Amino acid sequence: MDWLGPEEWKAVALSLKVSFWATLFSLPLGVFVAYALARWTFPGKHILNGLVHLPLILPPVVTGYLLLLTFGTRGPVGGVLAEYGIVFAFRWSGAALAAAIMAFPLMVRAIRLSIEAVDPKLEQASSTLGAPPIWVFATVTLPMALPGIIAGAILAFAKAMGEFGATITFVSNIPGQTRTIPSAIYAFLQVPGGEASAMKLVIVSVVVAMGALLLSEVIGRRVAARVGGR
Amino acid sequence: MLEVGIRHSFGDFSLDADFTAPSGVTALFGRSGSGKTTIINAVAGLLTPDEGRIVWQDTVMLDTSRAINLRPHRRRIGYIFQEGRLFPHLSVRQNLGYGARFAPKSAARESMGRIVEMLAIGDLLDRRPGALSGGEKQRVAIGRALLSAPELVLADEPLAALDEERKAEILPYFERLRDEISVPILYVSHSASEVARLATTVVALEAGRVVGQGTAAEVLGDPAILPVGAREAGAVLTAHVKAHHPDGLTELEAGGIALFLPTVNAAPGSRLRIRIAAHDVMLSRKRPEGLSALNILHGTVHSVRPGDGPGALVALDTPAGRVLARITRRSAQTLELSSGVTAHAIVKTVSVAASDVGAAGVA
Repeated sequence: MDWLGPEEWKAVALSLKVSFWATLFSLPLGVFVAYALARWTFPGKHILNGLVHLPLILPPVVTGYLLLLTFGTRGPVGGVLAEYGIVFAFRWSGAALAAAIMAFPLMVRAIRLSIEAVDPKLEQASSTLGAPPIWVFATVTLPMALPGIIAGAILAFAKAMGEFGATITFVSNIPGQTRTIPSAIYAFLQVPGGEASAMKLVIVSVVVAMGALLLSEVIGRRVAARVGGR
Repeated sequence: MLEVGIRHSFGDFSLDADFTAPSGVTALFGRSGSGKTTIINAVAGLLTPDEGRIVWQDTVMLDTSRAINLRPHRRRIGYIFQEGRLFPHLSVRQNLGYGARFAPKSAARESMGRIVEMLAIGDLLDRRPGALSGGEKQRVAIGRALLSAPELVLADEPLAALDEERKAEILPYFERLRDEISVPILYVSHSASEVARLATTVVALEAGRVVGQGTAAEVLGDPAILPVGAREAGAVLTAHVKAHHPDGLTELEAGGIALFLPTVNAAPGSRLRIRIAAHDVMLSRKRPEGLSALNILHGTVHSVRPGDGPGALVALDTPAGRVLARITRRSAQTLELSSGVTAHAIVKTVSVAASDVGAAGVA
């Protein structure tokens, strides 16, 4: 793609990488948390629900700063991880972490709704047929909630592509390392003559976002038809 | 043998039921709200009662006093739900095969081919539940429960959600189940005719209490046990098919008495169960003559139970078995009916509904 310059291309590739890994790693946890919120009653459920939704309500800069405090090399978690060679601060992996946390509420909401829509009577039927709980989940709950899980994943991916505030606060704006599309657009707009590059990235953003939405529609519909028993 | 003892309360309702279920079909019989579904869900492990003990053969499934409560998937049951509850995302074949993989390797199991043939669902295997009719769904649900290699089958009003035609379509499959498959069945129903046709043992429930237990003929013929009310009362007779007559009647024989019914689809020699609704029976002290009714059974009055309204329920012991008649209290007085007097029961041939006649299986 000659249309994009090397700088811009780097930003697009990094954004895709960051969003991909952010979605992939948060998905299992997202399904687990969504299932817990949908099906279990336990002390502290409201607190868990609040924590999950916090990034949606807090200013992204605050989330980013809290991440920096926690996962920075001198932070309580970051310090421990650094001893094992895992560093998030000012790395692309940190951008992925920030994106995952910011996208998490959207992902959990979509998946939770779809799990709540699975009739518990079918799960009961599965258990009377001899299926242990984990199998009930794997063969009934999970496949039936699949449209929502896919929608949640794509929504999270799109959100991760656009994450800016927490990312720039946590991992700064380092070309090739942490300069994702939004950071790049911001940087291009700070220098004279950068508008053309910024506009190209804006177009890429719109295309990726629209593509993600369309894809989730199509996949969602197919899976829903299959799950719907037709 | 299944032993059940359950005490449970929620809201205004309290359940205190003890009974045993031998092999064959044990019907939990009572009107809605009598606690039938609570009991069956407790046996399945889907509900934990406040107190209780449920023992199947040597397996203690539940004993609250010893803090034993097996999870549903460890109870080796096959549950046929009222609404089928087929997995919509799986094909019929996958639904049928679902439970088999969880059964122990050593478990005695039915072959898929035999069950598919018995339930006549061979043409449906590649379809999804969304494309099945209500009766087809229920047949697949029966097959799915049987193929999970259960030691005990539970059925919660499996016909209640179906219309009369579909009921008539499914009932014979349950009769075949009772007669051909050795697995015991606990069958919940509020329908006297279903219970009359299927049950080997009846456990009658009223407001959370067991009010009677015995064979279908014993419980349904006992005027003191009316779990679904006098209107539904009716006794059960067992009869042999003697011959089919060209005028559209089937001749049966029960205890030396000839009975005529509209043509019954059963070979001569086969045993049938016939439920005779109490409101279709007339009584006469003398043997009636010049009467159009073909079925006249002589016997001795066992008891007369006056109802709350103008009616009374008379139990008459005949050579064919116990017959119940619902007459007015005034008639009972006029005829001087009381325990020990002789009387004749008159049953119109055409008043016996086809749905009240079913296979009786082997004695």
